[in-house]
Parts: sequence; structure tokens; C-alpha cells
Amino acid sequence: MASTSETAGTGTSGAVPQPERETRLARALRESVIAAGLTAILGFFFLALRTEIETGGLVLSTRWGLWLAAIGIVFVGRLALNLFVFGRLGATTRRKPATTGAGFPVAKVLTWGLLIFAIVLPFFFTIVFPQRDRQYIDLAILIMTYIMLGWGLNIVVGLAGLLDLGYVAFYAVGAYSFGLSAQYLGFGFWTALPLAGLLAASWGMILGFPVLRLRGDYLAIVTLAFGEIIRVVLLNWTDFTGGPNGVSGIPKPTIFGWELGRRDGSFNDLIGVPYDPIQRFIFLYYIIFGLALLTNFVTMRLRRLPIGRAWEALREDEIACRSLGINTRNTKLSAFSIGAMFAGFAGSFFATRQGFISPESFTFLESAIILAIVVLGGLGSQIGVVIAAIAMIGGIEVLRNLDFLKAIFGPDFEPTQYRMLIFGLAMVIIMVWKPRGLVSTREPTATLREKKRISSDVVAQGEGH
Amino acid sequence: MTDTPNHRWLDDPILTVEHLTMRFGGLIAINDLSFSIGRGDITALIGPNGAGKTTVFNCVTGFYKPTEGRIVMRHGKGAQEAAVAQATESGEKWHRDAGGAVFLLERMPDHEIAQRAKVARTFQNIRLFGGMTALENLLVAQHDRLMVASGYSIGGIFGLPGYRRAEKEATEKAVYWLDKVGLLDRADGPAGDLPYGAQRRLEIARSMCTDPRILCLDEPAAGLNPRESAELNELLRYIRDEHDTSILLIEHDMGVVMEISDHVIVLDYGEKISDGDPAQVKADPKVIAAYLGVDDEAEIDVPEVRADLSSARKEGEA
Repeated sequence: MASTSETAGTGTSGAVPQPERETRLARALRESVIAAGLTAILGFFFLALRTEIETGGLVLSTRWGLWLAAIGIVFVGRLALNLFVFGRLGATTRRKPATTGAGFPVAKVLTWGLLIFAIVLPFFFTIVFPQRDRQYIDLAILIMTYIMLGWGLNIVVGLAGLLDLGYVAFYAVGAYSFGLSAQYLGFGFWTALPLAGLLAASWGMILGFPVLRLRGDYLAIVTLAFGEIIRVVLLNWTDFTGGPNGVSGIPKPTIFGWELGRRDGSFNDLIGVPYDPIQRFIFLYYIIFGLALLTNFVTMRLRRLPIGRAWEALREDEIACRSLGINTRNTKLSAFSIGAMFAGFAGSFFATRQGFISPESFTFLESAIILAIVVLGGLGSQIGVVIAAIAMIGGIEVLRNLDFLKAIFGPDFEPTQYRMLIFGLAMVIIMVWKPRGLVSTREPTATLREKKRISSDVVAQGEGH
Repeated sequence: MTDTPNHRWLDDPILTVEHLTMRFGGLIAINDLSFSIGRGDITALIGPNGAGKTTVFNCVTGFYKPTEGRIVMRHGKGAQEAAVAQATESGEKWHRDAGGAVFLLERMPDHEIAQRAKVARTFQNIRLFGGMTALENLLVAQHDRLMVASGYSIGGIFGLPGYRRAEKEATEKAVYWLDKVGLLDRADGPAGDLPYGAQRRLEIARSMCTDPRILCLDEPAAGLNPRESAELNELLRYIRDEHDTSILLIEHDMGVVMEISDHVIVLDYGEKISDGDPAQVKADPKVIAAYLGVDDEAEIDVPEVRADLSSARKEGEA
């Protein structure tokens, strides 16, 4: 089948190549004109004309520049799409081979490059952007937190194929276990960190039990509900959690018991280095960097262990797993609880970074963003999560600072208002262009002779799809 | 291997199904079915479509909980009547003693049946882990042993030597079976990319990696060409002779059934209509009636009519 259509395709284009191209250009131009015309008609009332309330009634004002700019963008965009994108699609029915051999190791170079950059990042920013270093390192901390959360959720969604929409609940459990243990028991960050992980893991198990039998959409809905339950309990249990007022005064992390600061007996006093607020940011950055690396290391190791293979097998076919003697209950619960544990660590870090937590920080939107990072990065891919987290969290921040757009759309234009729109558009484009995420190949966990990456065509997406 | 005069399924049964009944709501899929499978035999379960063969498989491997009946799996020689009686009385799932062990499969969940009672199965529609390589498929099958060796992942995370040794052994076993089914060259490619016949062989290799005492194959020859069928027969004989594994198979291809089986059980409408060695079954008038219709209506060859006739005939006999 494939070969016949392929030869037919090459046959026609080979026989009459010249007219084909001309008609393609003509067609592209015609379609661009049509698209621009439609924009002109639609945009006339929305963009070109504008009613403004003034004394004595409505006054009609015009914005021809904006209208023409919109028409121009649509015309050029459509022309470019027609010439460079649409023409290439559907020309042949060639199927990509399911395994791709070792070419230039882009992923490897990228991984090491990013890792080295991450190690030197605080010094890079303090040297290159001395004025804005605090802002940039704070952003790096935020991105690193999401990378860690993405890696944690990747265990549940990417490897085990269990669509979890309530992942932020475990983040909240981690944050509140530190916040409350600091408030009531006077725990410090390093004491509370393992406790937060442990509590989040047990909650993962508690919430995992009832949903064991559910699959796909039903699982997603129930985990979503559990995420909300945790948030609503935190919001309403005012006596214990402080309700909407949250928990404040959460201690900062110490270095082996010494605080960073100016006071006598602080770490700075001990080593004799004058205190600078930036040091606190750098310290926080290295904590979350270490935690994220731990998450990555454990995940990569687990993937190569029987438990990790069982997670992936579970994603591929649960019934076959049971026929091979794999206890699917324990396997699912281990995925839930290990994923939750890392969210607990991240939550505890979040609490110490902010110094204040309230249920506001743990809404469904957070779960959605973490899930979007995992899906965008490619299910099960570690480096994909990193790129997606940088693109999403960093991208939102970049959109806040796009001042040059004001030059195009006038001084009233506020890019922040459009950032979710642009962000949504970018998601749609990526999902059309790479439906299985940025890194869509799967790396085998064991090889006999030659390591071949497996194309996403044959890899199951799990129960959530 | 020729059948011995005294039938092994009576003297040394590895698996006994007693009074098995399975109802789905009002539908009786299996009705009071009893049979035994001999240790070291290749046993074929045959019957027209919808006779309940796959339901029997699902009951034996724990995917269905039977409505009534007892399914006994035996490790070690003989019928072990005393141990079976003791296990049944005590309410335990299994009973171990010096002579071996008996497992009451109807009381055990599916993964324990595979793990402890050592009953492996394949599926009518192939269920490989398509996105994992052939080698990974066979490693997943050795999950339980590797899990223990990795100290339930804790030792494995720190890369303890015990786990590395176990993984090496597991890989060797996987390589052995890949070689046996002729897929060593495809070991590092995804299982989902293999041709159909190779996927069937890989699924058998994967079940064999669980070290089963009994291997249940649901239509292993479906969709295979004659050469592949012949290779399959060869493989099944090899498994029985060299690996001390009894085989229970569902098959429609009578060529395969009659050639390799030591024992044939025929089901129709959830009941056993014949049980014996291939020659006996082939000559059994009830089997001929169920498959071909009776002599004087031999010219009628519509499956529905045949089925109606056979059921009418059965009712007449009853």
C-alpha cells in the first residue's frame, strides 16, 4: 500500500515538475489573499472601528494602522505556511522507522550543556547581570522547582501511565508539613525535609488505594477531586492550618545549623564573609538544584530497575503484567508514593523559600502547569521536562517583559494581559507539530548489542489517553 | 512422544479442574466441567467458537473468579489427595509439604497464580509490551526474582553487586529464549515492530521466562502460515521435553492439535463432550457431530444449522 502511493506520488511530480511548482506558488498567493481578505472583513469592526464614550454620546474612532498590520501579518503568515509547511505535508506516505540509530548525540550534548550551565548559573548571573541578578536567580529557582515537580510527576504519568491531575496536593502536603511542624514543633528545614517526603509519600499511598481500579478519564477525575479535597481541608481547618491566612514565619534553611545573616553567630560571622542578600538566593538555588538532581538520579536508576520496567510495562499493558506475576497494586502504589515523595520535598522547599504558605498556592492551575510540562516535554523523557519547564515558566516571565511589543501596538498595549493567550497558542502549535512532546522517543532500559531509541509510534501512552 | 497405555492425566495430574461452573449473569458459560491435565503432557482444549475454552483459561489463570468449582495445581509427583483435602478444609490458598505443593487456584489472585503456582499464559490477541524492546519484554517477565534481588529497589538504587549479578543472569536467560525463538537479532528493537508470527513466538518466550510448570497458550497458531505452524510445534515439543513444562493449549488448527497433543479435551456449550487421546477423540461420534453434524445430514454445511442440530441431538440424548 505504502509503496504504491509513494511511487504514484513521485511519478506525478517527476513528470511535470515545473507547472506543479508554479501552481503551488499561485495557489499559495490566492489562499493568502483570501485569508487576508477575511481578516480585513472580520477585523474591520473589531480592530479598525472603535466606539468611545465621550460627553454627548458615543464617538467613532478608527485605528487603520492596527487593522492593516493584522491583514499584513495574516497574509505573510499564510503565505509562509503554504510555501514551507503545508506543501511538505502529505507529499509521501513514508513511515518513519520505529527505531532511530545513533546520529549526532544532540540530547547528550544538550544534557551536559544544561547541567554545566545549571552548576555555574548563580555566578554567571551575578557577573553578567549584576543589577538584575536577584531577579534572574529567583526565576532560576522557580524553574528548578517546576523541573523537580515535572520529574516527580513524570514517574506517575510518564512511566506508569497513570494520569494524575491532583499532583499539587502532594506539593501542598510537603509545604504544610514543614510549615506546621515549624510552627508547632519548631522543626528546621533539614529536619522537616525527610518528614515532608515521608508524609507526602504516605498520602500518595492513601490516595492511591481507592483509585487502583480506575483507569483513564475516571482516574484523572478522581485525582483531580483529591487534589481539591486537600486544598479545601487546608482552607477550612482554620484552627490547625490557619485557613486562608496560611502559615507564616517559616524559617529559612540553615547551613549545618548556622543561619545566613548579619547577626553574631551566623554563618557569615563564622567564616568571616560579609553578608549580602544575594547569598541567600544562591544558597536556595543550590538546595533546589541538589533536590532536583536527586529526583533525576533516583528516577533514572529506578527506570533501569525491575520496578521501573514494571511501571513501563503497566503503562503498556496491565493485563499482560498480571499474567507475568507482577503485583499491579503494589506497582501502582509505588509509582504514586515515589512521585508524591518528590512533590513533598519540593513543597517543603517552596515553604522555606516563600516563608509563607496559604492554600492559594496549591490550586488546580498548578497541577495543570506541571502536567503540561510533562506532556510538552514528552512522556517519560527527563531532558524534555527540563526544556518544557524552561520554556513554560521562563516563557511566561519573558512575556511579562516584552517591551518592544509596545512599540508595535502602541503604549497602551499590555503584554502581560496576552501572555496566557500566547502561551496557549504556543501549546497548540507544539501539539500539532510534535503531538508526543518535544522528546518523543523512548530510550530502552536494557540493551544487548546496540542501543536504539524507540519511536513513539509503538509506545503506549498509558491509561490517560 | 506416543501416549502411554495408562493415561498420565489420571495417574499424575498436574492440574485438575473439578465441577467448574462460570456464570455471567444469566449466561452459563461453563457448566460443571471437570478434567485433568497430565504432568509433561501437551493437552489441547478444543471446541466450536463460543464453547467456553477461553473462559476456562481465564478461570485457571485467575483472570475470572469461578462461580463454583475447584482448580488444583500440583508441584511434585502424584495426585497428593491428602494435601489437597487439607488445603481445601483449612481455607488456605496453598499447602506445601515435603512431597511438593498444592495450590487452589480459584482462591488466588492472578499475579500470585503466575508467581507462586507457576502457571503462565499467552493471549488470543497478542499482549506484548509493544513500546519496549524484545529483551525488555523478557526481563519484565522475570520481575519477581529481580525485585527480590534488587532488595525491593533499595539495594538496586545503590547498585549493589547482588542485583547486578541477578540482572546478568536474567539477561542470559532472556538471550537463551530469544535464541530459541529465533529473535536474537531483533532483541534491541521494539516488540511492537515485529511481524505477527514473531510476536507470537516472543509472547511464548516471555511466558517461559517466568519458569512456569504449566504453560497455557490461547490459540498459538492463529494467523501463522504452515511453515510457522511447524516451527511452533517444534518449539512446543522442545518446551515440554527440555523444560519440564506441561502445556495446555486452545487451538482451532486440527493439524497442530492432532500432531502434537497427548491428550485432547473437547468442549461444546460449556460442557465436556469428549476427553481422551487424539485417536479416541477423532473417532468419538459426539465430536464428529459437534464439528461436522451427523451422518445423514452431512450435506448441510451451514455453521448455525450444524450447531442447532448438535444441540437438538444432545437434548434428545439427555
